[in-house]
Amino acid sequence: MLDAPNATATRAAGRRRINVPGILGTLFTVFMAAIWAFPLYWAVVTSLKPEQAVIVENPSWLPIPFSLKAYIDVLSNSGLVRWYFNSVFTALVITVLVIILSLLCAYAISQVRFPGKNFLFFLLIAGFMIPFQALVVPLFIQMHELGQINSYFGIIVPQLIAPIVIIVYKQFFDGVPRELHDSAVIDGAGEFRILFNIFLPINWGITVALAIVTFIGAWNNFFWPFLIISSEDMMTIPVGITQVFDAFGVVYARTMAVAVLAGLPVSLLYLIFQRQVTQGIMATAGIKG
Amino acid sequence: MFKRITLRQRSNWTSAFLMVLPFMALYVLFFLYPAFRLFNLSFYEAPLIGGEPTFVGLENYRRLFDDFFFFKSVRNTFYFVLLSVIPNTLVGLMFAVMVVRLRRFKAPVLAAFFLPYMLPVSVVTLIWQWLLNTRFGVVQDFIQLFGGDPISFFSSPTWGMPAVAFITVWWTVGFNMLLFIAGLQGINKEYYEAASLDGATGLQIFRHITWPLLWPITALVLTLQLILQLRIFDQVYLLTGGGPFNSTLVTLQYVYRVAFQSFDGGYSSTIAVALFIIVLIASFGQIWVLRTSRRS
Repeated sequence: MLDAPNATATRAAGRRRINVPGILGTLFTVFMAAIWAFPLYWAVVTSLKPEQAVIVENPSWLPIPFSLKAYIDVLSNSGLVRWYFNSVFTALVITVLVIILSLLCAYAISQVRFPGKNFLFFLLIAGFMIPFQALVVPLFIQMHELGQINSYFGIIVPQLIAPIVIIVYKQFFDGVPRELHDSAVIDGAGEFRILFNIFLPINWGITVALAIVTFIGAWNNFFWPFLIISSEDMMTIPVGITQVFDAFGVVYARTMAVAVLAGLPVSLLYLIFQRQVTQGIMATAGIKG
Repeated sequence: MFKRITLRQRSNWTSAFLMVLPFMALYVLFFLYPAFRLFNLSFYEAPLIGGEPTFVGLENYRRLFDDFFFFKSVRNTFYFVLLSVIPNTLVGLMFAVMVVRLRRFKAPVLAAFFLPYMLPVSVVTLIWQWLLNTRFGVVQDFIQLFGGDPISFFSSPTWGMPAVAFITVWWTVGFNMLLFIAGLQGINKEYYEAASLDGATGLQIFRHITWPLLWPITALVLTLQLILQLRIFDQVYLLTGGGPFNSTLVTLQYVYRVAFQSFDGGYSSTIAVALFIIVLIASFGQIWVLRTSRRS
């Protein structure tokens, strides 16, 4: 199973030998990866066929006959474009605000001495015990009292509370040598300036990672937008696309086109920013990366 | 001199307060206050919106202990946890071990295992509804190929929950794999070299070196998974809707049903408090178990 070190040893000894178990292991791994990716492949293939070619006894394994009609249909005949806008808008606002709010709070907790700091940190940690999902009933009532059902405010505000981002930032700020802060203070710089001119540039890498992970999380969030939004105009992508069955009846090519379009932005984000996504996920899971 | 330091300290305090204020204001208003209100509401008979709440003391909790559907939902939730947490951890570990040793195809293989985790839950459920479709689903073709009859997974009391759990593993295993890969890469290579010089087999190396050194990560994965899966709602709601005959009704969905379909704000809060306590006990219990098993 773990023959990589063996292989290294063999190479170091300068012998050439065909590593049969190693090759079999690689083949099995690639085979499993193909199986794992198959549902995604099948969704894409289905979406690229005309509707009649999808519901047949032996469907083709390639998009033959090829057709973009499903995509044209869903983009012109559903709320998809509107849901796209709602998702992009809310996810961007959430990302920018989460980063700014958490950055400020974490910096103060990590670098500045002020009364009540320990109590504040305790409140934050204590909050980890309460699952957000348990709070949706009073939160919904509160949003209703504020007149924020079916509003961007209602979608966005509860998602701004991300204590884990504060904790991660605090860890990174704690790791910055103390002298950097102290010498800046002696030079007469205010705390805001120290944060934005020294601490933020030093921690730019983790900031990008956290921003991307926050964006993906906000884009994918289902439960809260699903509860707070009932008007079709205000739905985000993950909530809206559960409505397509109502809109089209049972039509698989179009349903898969909708699924592909909804998953595309986050998939691309991952494929382009793999390293940052990995770092962000590790950091928020409690492994400093 | 003394005075100047105090002044600077004051200005530091002002900056610090200004920095924590925006987040803390939101945290108190939209997290701690609803949390307080949740406990408060659980002692009231109150409609979700409109109407006056009446204080009923422990009446909601008494009702909870007699509620057949509540206990059923708790049993179903733990059934789901059992079906998802352990496979998710083991498959995640297996994929991590498989990926780490690769020298070719590493990037595409990693992407194939991880990409599903990036997708919104409703994309995942749409894809699997199509794959498992009773008439045209491609998985049904495989079942028939091996001589079975088509299974309507989401309307079967037997297959409903396992199907949801399987799809959850497909969707989220990439996350666990990533944590295990980090753990595997953190193990000092010299241990492996020493062991293979001593003639240890791959399996022996895994059992006596990899597994014990990986245990902190395994414990982390198990804990994160348990806390996460106890709050299952999205996939179940989208795939089975809690049916058939409530055989996949989970606790968070019961909260949803009582709050947003029966519009009962008080009793739904009581169920949510119970869910909160279950998550708390389960996570502390698991942390305790994992700690003790590590010592022994």
